[in-house]
Amino acid sequence: MTRVVVTVMPRDGVLDPQGQAVQGALGRLGFAGIHDVRLGRRIELELDGPDPLAQAREMCERLLANPLIEDFTVAIED
Amino acid sequence: MIAVVRFPGSLDHDSAVRAVEAAGGTATYAWHADRALPAGTRAVVLPGGFSYGDHLRPGAIASRSPIMDAVRQHADAGGLVLGICNGFQVLCEAGLLPGVLRTNATTSFVCRQVELEVLDHDTPFTRDLGAALSIPIKNHDGAWYGDPADARIVLSYGMENPLGSIGSAAGVANAQGNVLGLMPHPEEAVDRLLGSTDGLGLFTALVRA
Repeated sequence: MTRVVVTVMPRDGVLDPQGQAVQGALGRLGFAGIHDVRLGRRIELELDGPDPLAQAREMCERLLANPLIEDFTVAIED
Repeated sequence: MIAVVRFPGSLDHDSAVRAVEAAGGTATYAWHADRALPAGTRAVVLPGGFSYGDHLRPGAIASRSPIMDAVRQHADAGGLVLGICNGFQVLCEAGLLPGVLRTNATTSFVCRQVELEVLDHDTPFTRDLGAALSIPIKNHDGAWYGDPADARIVLSYGMENPLGSIGSAAGVANAQGNVLGLMPHPEEAVDRLLGSTDGLGLFTALVRA
């Protein structure tokens, strides 16, 4: 069994209203020097196949990420 | 016969059926797990709601459900498909319409009447509509994001753009004009008691199909 971690993030240049809302809240708590906050999603997959990274990439392309607005990375986690 | 597709988490299917009936037609339900549309289906409505709890992305999981293959075949054959709110999100996620619906620029649920401009009268849906429609919106993820050069923006919020859509888009059609998605809810504007009957024309178009 291999654990593959998929990270899906809003693409650069795509407005991230959730990140902006969190940035505003952090500022109101007194945190200074916050240049940017972006919110994404971490998906953990436990996979059995012979090529778990390729399988995870195909999952991203077909469902887990929308290429219009999101970028993804896949990585094997020990 | 108009088929109204129900997904787990659909909310506005009953209102869609009532709107079809108000337009003089008859409607029946299709279920997300079905592999075929009901016999005699002339047009399809994907109703509003929160299919699959909006998990992953609004409409993403519903767009991969078995019934969507039949909806795609119906659309490819030139049949009319109307997606309302979550139905619009499903059509974009299915690739039947360009773009995607994102979280509103306000990051809030927006629920109120809006004034729409009909920009494109050259579709089966909009042929007989007037220049403006007063219809409510109620959504959290209704900001259309896409390339206006690749899309037919059929309905617009005009200067107001309450959700932060690219091109102030409220409704988008495919190139052929037989698939239309919109975030506003025409099925909630078919009775004078609700303040407007401007939504009726879209259902009249379906019934005529």
